[in-house]
Amino acid sequence: MSRFKKKPGGSSPKINTASLPDIVFMLLFFFMVTTTIRDASLKVQIRPPEATEIQKLEKKSLVSYIFIGPPLKQYQAKLGTEPRIQLNDSYATLADIAQFVEMERKQRDEKVVPQMTFSLKIDKDVKMGIVTDLKQELRKVNALKINYSTKKGGKKAE
Amino acid sequence: MAGKKSREVPEINAGSMADIAFLLLIFFIVATTMDVDSGITTRLPPMPEEEQEPPPPLKERNVFQVLVNASNQILVEGEWGDINKLKDQAKEFINNNGRKDNLSENPEKAIISLQNDRGTSYNMYIQVQNELKRAYNELRDEAARDKFGKKFSDLPTDQQKEIQKMYPMKISEAEPKNIGGTK
Repeated sequence: MSRFKKKPGGSSPKINTASLPDIVFMLLFFFMVTTTIRDASLKVQIRPPEATEIQKLEKKSLVSYIFIGPPLKQYQAKLGTEPRIQLNDSYATLADIAQFVEMERKQRDEKVVPQMTFSLKIDKDVKMGIVTDLKQELRKVNALKINYSTKKGGKKAE
Repeated sequence: MAGKKSREVPEINAGSMADIAFLLLIFFIVATTMDVDSGITTRLPPMPEEEQEPPPPLKERNVFQVLVNASNQILVEGEWGDINKLKDQAKEFINNNGRKDNLSENPEKAIISLQNDRGTSYNMYIQVQNELKRAYNELRDEAARDKFGKKFSDLPTDQQKEIQKMYPMKISEAEPKNIGGTK
């Protein structure tokens, strides 16, 4: 009986929170290690096509992204719905591709430049015309390793 | 007496440590993108150099022609094609080994020529690329199973190279036409 008797004073015992920082730090390190910081906010809509024969992109530090798609809703009033190219954080034209490639190469070690991959994130309703032009531009500056970004999924075409 | 007092290190209050760590934690949670990037990897052909000799003509039978028009219709070897059959047609063509007169002599000589219109949708293009790639991947898998009893992806690198040599992936993309009229 006396075991369950409340102690006089009535205050609940303090929980020891000394290990809380350790737990939080553990989580923190987990997220720090797995993080890839979003470096570009998308200004174009991208719904990637689906494919089955896909490969994972390894070595993210060697990947540069090129986006093509119709502008986001809030920009459509000004820019229309024609697909646009986005490099880094801004809209670009085909003429900017060569410079972009050059900049991306400069940021990296000379030794790894041949292994650089350009990931093309392209909306599935974009026509091939602009994609072909982009590929030609990439060929001109000798950026030949490319990756068509796709989702894993259904194999049937519409 | 005074010396003893100065040696005593005052305790640092670590109570706010958790708050700091939480702040950092929340920042990283928000900034994280967990998605894995994946896609179809290809190599573009280098730009042709000027005064380059034209490549030797290929035998008609060794070229598997796939055309995609602006309405996303496929023409395979001069006939209406279907995306669902494309993979099997490609496989038959590559793995013909001289049996049929109009298909390839052997997998090493087989070339798939892909041409699309400027009006072709990107989705269709990826589907076609995907099917052609699937044809090669399946052939390589079959060869790997026959020869080494394992899936292609499970083989060590030198054996993979051997299989790749048996079935080199030759997908050539011609300069696009603009028949559909759309840009």
